[in-house]
Amino acid sequence: MAIVKNDSVIENEWVTLDDESSIPESGTNVLVSLGRFKAERDSLIARNGGLGVLLVPGDAPEDLAEDIDRFSLIAVKFPAYTDGRGYSYGRVLRERYGYAGEMRAVGDVLRDQILYMHRCGFDAYELSDDDETALEKVRAALRDMTVYYQPTGDGRATAGSLRDRRRAVLDDATS
Amino acid sequence: MYRYDDFDRQLLAERTAQFRDQVARRISGELTEDQFKPLRLMNGVYLQLHAYMLRVAVPYGTMNGEQMRKLGYIARTYDKGYGHFTTRQNIQYNWPKLNEIPDALADLATVEMHAIQTSGNCIRNTTTDQYAGAAADEIEDPRPYCELIRQWSTFHPEFTYLPRKFKIAVTGSPNDRAAVRVHDIGLRMHKNDAGETGFEVIVGGGLGRTPFVGKTVRDFIGKNDLFSYLEAILRVYNRFGRRDNKYKARIKILVHEVGVDEIRRLVEEEWSKIRDGSLRVSDDEIAQYIAQFAPPAFEELQANDPEFERRKQAHPDFAAWVRSNVIAHKQPGYAIANISLKPIGGIPGDATADQMELVGDLADQYSFGDVRVTHEQNLVLPHVKKADLFALWAELNSALLATANLGFVTDIIACPGLDYCALATARSIPLSQRISERFGDLERQYDIGELKIKISGCINACGHHHVGHIGILGLDKRGKEFYQITLGGDASQDASIGKIAGAGFSEAEVVDAIEALITRYIDIRTVGERFIDTYRRVGMDPFKEVLYGDR
Repeated sequence: MAIVKNDSVIENEWVTLDDESSIPESGTNVLVSLGRFKAERDSLIARNGGLGVLLVPGDAPEDLAEDIDRFSLIAVKFPAYTDGRGYSYGRVLRERYGYAGEMRAVGDVLRDQILYMHRCGFDAYELSDDDETALEKVRAALRDMTVYYQPTGDGRATAGSLRDRRRAVLDDATS
Repeated sequence: MYRYDDFDRQLLAERTAQFRDQVARRISGELTEDQFKPLRLMNGVYLQLHAYMLRVAVPYGTMNGEQMRKLGYIARTYDKGYGHFTTRQNIQYNWPKLNEIPDALADLATVEMHAIQTSGNCIRNTTTDQYAGAAADEIEDPRPYCELIRQWSTFHPEFTYLPRKFKIAVTGSPNDRAAVRVHDIGLRMHKNDAGETGFEVIVGGGLGRTPFVGKTVRDFIGKNDLFSYLEAILRVYNRFGRRDNKYKARIKILVHEVGVDEIRRLVEEEWSKIRDGSLRVSDDEIAQYIAQFAPPAFEELQANDPEFERRKQAHPDFAAWVRSNVIAHKQPGYAIANISLKPIGGIPGDATADQMELVGDLADQYSFGDVRVTHEQNLVLPHVKKADLFALWAELNSALLATANLGFVTDIIACPGLDYCALATARSIPLSQRISERFGDLERQYDIGELKIKISGCINACGHHHVGHIGILGLDKRGKEFYQITLGGDASQDASIGKIAGAGFSEAEVVDAIEALITRYIDIRTVGERFIDTYRRVGMDPFKEVLYGDR
């Protein structure tokens, strides 16, 4: 198991809590389910230490909107690579609610889906590989393509926007 | 026609390299067949009964002559010398070798073709009216919007792992030749009260095991807003479509289960949040795409060509072909020529390498280099001078491509069936051949009139049997093929799903059953009534009677 973020392998500094275990004292970063966050919101945001939420398919990212700046990790579960709901959650969180913290893809995270995840706002990937393999896979995946047709919140220029820019330059040159 | 620019070419080159690497990883054993499956499926490579199958995209069914010739080259080089045009306006090759597929794709890329998203649970090839840009009844050419949809949907990062496949069809004409009411999203161009052209948005149509005619979620969406609206629908579907059961995962089931009003509410709510975002397409950008599909340099001609009329008088076979396969063009002196891929007793949609190369040449010579694939598995040369029709016909005739049966009883849609397909429960092709032979006589076909027979070899309905005037569904009953007949289906603007007539027929009985239905129709029709019209007037009973008697 390795987590890749910003072109390097990072340590997992988060404790994943199930819904029954007690919340550790301050200082520890905790990752809780959406249900637990909703049930214990006030105490969770009052404590010292990082707060993260794990979204699973079927959860509503809208439930995080009011508190979006309180999270420093949102993990999104892909129980199987074929379950693509997490892609929509990523875009809604980044593009609609302006989430700026770490967004981590967890679960069945495979090399050939990482570029799509990145385009949907993910910046960290938990792979079931050793460190070196995981880093290599993420790097290779992000290199697969350089041309993109759709605008998303990832900041990549689309083919359409590059065409517009080129046309403007040409217009300038001929006017 | 749209031509790739450097961005499109770069993207395709990268995709071709990416898939070559994926195939190499499979062949080396780094990827198991299970791990490779989703990757090959994203690129149109299926594992069928006997071999891999490669499905090549023909975006909105439009090609130039060079592309058509390349399809012939692929058939000759990597397959057994033929290919099969499908109801998705695509082409399938049934015998490629896995290790050669990357080379075939590299060859296709030289003419701006590919197999991107011809399978998988993603947005598939967008289909449209095969007569786009030529039809006399068109409100506006739908292809610029199809091309914009192609780009928007290609490797869409959010919508590549949808609950199930997703098909979009567009019609620019009130006479719907694109079957938009039986697609996941159907877009019908029309004008609003202000005189602006936009789209009616129809959602949740489809065939398969649970057929539905789609429902309108919005009467009118303007062109600038089309893409944000599509994105809103896809996001609602991606989030809320069922994923617990493959057979209930299409958007039609979601629409059916939660109701079109709730779907509309969800879509409109989502759209309200993204409508002013970066998917809004400017008038300028639309104008650039419309310019890409500007009409070819038509000559100013008289509507009628005297030589053409003389040829028809002198050559009854030519006259018959003109009557059945040639339709009106919006430009005076021009015509739309349909090339039937349904020779009597032949395999629907199949074309040989030689035929494909010839059609590519004929497109260059007679149709401004424009050739189309139809969802009814035929080809079209959309812009032919009436004065050239005789020469065109003569060349087609010499290549067995001039069967004069468009829209008649032998113009059958059939899926590949048990001859190729791993999902099939019965054969489709041999049955379509036998029906074609039974009704092969052209005079008899013309007497019967327009009649659409559609055959599927299993419940997944790739042969569109639900919307056949006569639909035939092949099933397996204790190891024997039998065929269920449906009546009254229609894929046009008057879309309807056919009803099952009753118990199925054995392979030996089914052609007689079809003939009995047709004989009954001829007995009871009124003047000018097509089969479907008669069925709608009299209902199922008179037809059931000839099939089952007192049974």
